[in-house]
Amino acid sequence: MLEDREIAILIEELYKYHGYDFSGYSAASFRRRVDRLYQMDGFENFTELLSKARSDEEYFKHMIEEITVNVTEMFRDPTFYKTLRTEILPTLATKPFIRIWHAGCSTGEEVFSMAILLKELNLLHKSLLYATDLNPAVLDVAKKGLFPLRTIQQYAENYRIASGKNDFSDYYTANYGYAKFSDELISRMVYSQHNLITDGSFNEFDLILCRNVLIYFDNDFQRVALELFDESLSKLGYLALGTKETIKFSSIQHRFKQLDKEKIWKKMI
Amino acid sequence: MEENDLKKHCKVLLIGGSAGSLEVLMAILPNLKPIINFAIVVILHRKSAEDSTLENLIAMKSTIPVAQVEDKEVLKSGFIYVAPSDYHLLFEKNKQLSLDVSEKVNYSRPSIDVSFESGAIAFGKKCTAILLSGANADGTEGLKAIQKAGGIVIVQNPENAAMPFMIQSVLSTMTPNHIMEVDELLDYINKIQ
Ligand SMILES: C[S@@+](CC[C@H](N)C(=O)[O-])C[C@H]1O[C@@H](n2cnc3c(N)ncnc32)[C@H](O)[C@@H]1O
Repeated sequence: MLEDREIAILIEELYKYHGYDFSGYSAASFRRRVDRLYQMDGFENFTELLSKARSDEEYFKHMIEEITVNVTEMFRDPTFYKTLRTEILPTLATKPFIRIWHAGCSTGEEVFSMAILLKELNLLHKSLLYATDLNPAVLDVAKKGLFPLRTIQQYAENYRIASGKNDFSDYYTANYGYAKFSDELISRMVYSQHNLITDGSFNEFDLILCRNVLIYFDNDFQRVALELFDESLSKLGYLALGTKETIKFSSIQHRFKQLDKEKIWKKMI
Repeated sequence: MEENDLKKHCKVLLIGGSAGSLEVLMAILPNLKPIINFAIVVILHRKSAEDSTLENLIAMKSTIPVAQVEDKEVLKSGFIYVAPSDYHLLFEKNKQLSLDVSEKVNYSRPSIDVSFESGAIAFGKKCTAILLSGANADGTEGLKAIQKAGGIVIVQNPENAAMPFMIQSVLSTMTPNHIMEVDELLDYINKIQ
């Protein structure tokens, strides 16, 4: 296990050498991820890890992939998607154009889930799904729309509980152990690298999803991200967070009203 | 027994369990006196769906209030916290809770090891942990970490546990501070005040 002092040095150096700011990440989770990496990669001492992190570009990439948590699912929390389907998306349907931002989209499962909902509500043709993450490796996976077949059964089950209307297999073709999702869905997605802490607002959205990303931040970084979302949402736009996340520790809470039950807030001004 | 140590040291009582542990928990929690100067955190293996059956059950049966677990909520003395399904539960040094959706550990999320190890780092000797019945090896590494950090480690007597495997896994690699029957556990916790 590394010492607190060593973790602090690592955070400083990652910022100095690569511009990635981890200073406001949850200390408990960050330390766990770094300890895990240290063990997994068989380092003998901290200096060795530090010098690789500083100057070995390939290793740095690997490190970002392992420190950040990229676990995701299609239709994770089915009742959340059901609420999107029955309450949120219908209110956006009257707009001539719908802009959605998936912040911290990881490998894209959430984005494809959204595209499927939009398709079924006949809104996909006039929607654009911006999907961003700080980790370029996950974006490369997302863009391909290829997901391992062994995960699909669970996703199909989630889809069904989220009151999916079709046969889930209508949306992909199975090939060599992968499910390839349709180009029609992919054609409405725009992927780009974006860091919620160090990059600014780049568009105005009707709906922003940032699920299970804030849990990796401390209160200060959460505030930074939430203010960015506030700034990037149109009036009466929606913000959706993960099931255990909240805006109640931030100043933006006064401008938002939470929907019953789900972690969805409407921007009132 | 080091009852005085207990008073000094326990700020957080972690209870971990898997198959066969709910019955034990239900024999303990409803019979506890109000807790004043520490918090109880329960980490049970549970099915991975959003549902709060476990929270509701504990809230219904227990006189001690169950606090809602949300990210960055601060642990308060006098409350029971339950690790939510499909998240690992971690502790910050300032007593905030952090949730985490990373890979399952010992086929489990929440994993007992993850919470116990995090508790050891955050609370050191102010952390006491109890491990109950279960059929996998989750919890062993966590208990080691807590003992190493100076906390007190207790296991249910495996001879009377519905599933002794989880406790035997502990006993094969370390010596807990105590091995207790269910009624002894109840007594012990009631004396922490
Ligand atoms: C657990 S995944 C969440 C995926 C998806 N939203 C879901 O709920 O299933 C967290 C993602 O947040 C990304 N992330 C972490 N820090 C970030 C930051 N500062 N800016 C943008 N993305 C970040 C990680 O790279 C990771 O892909």
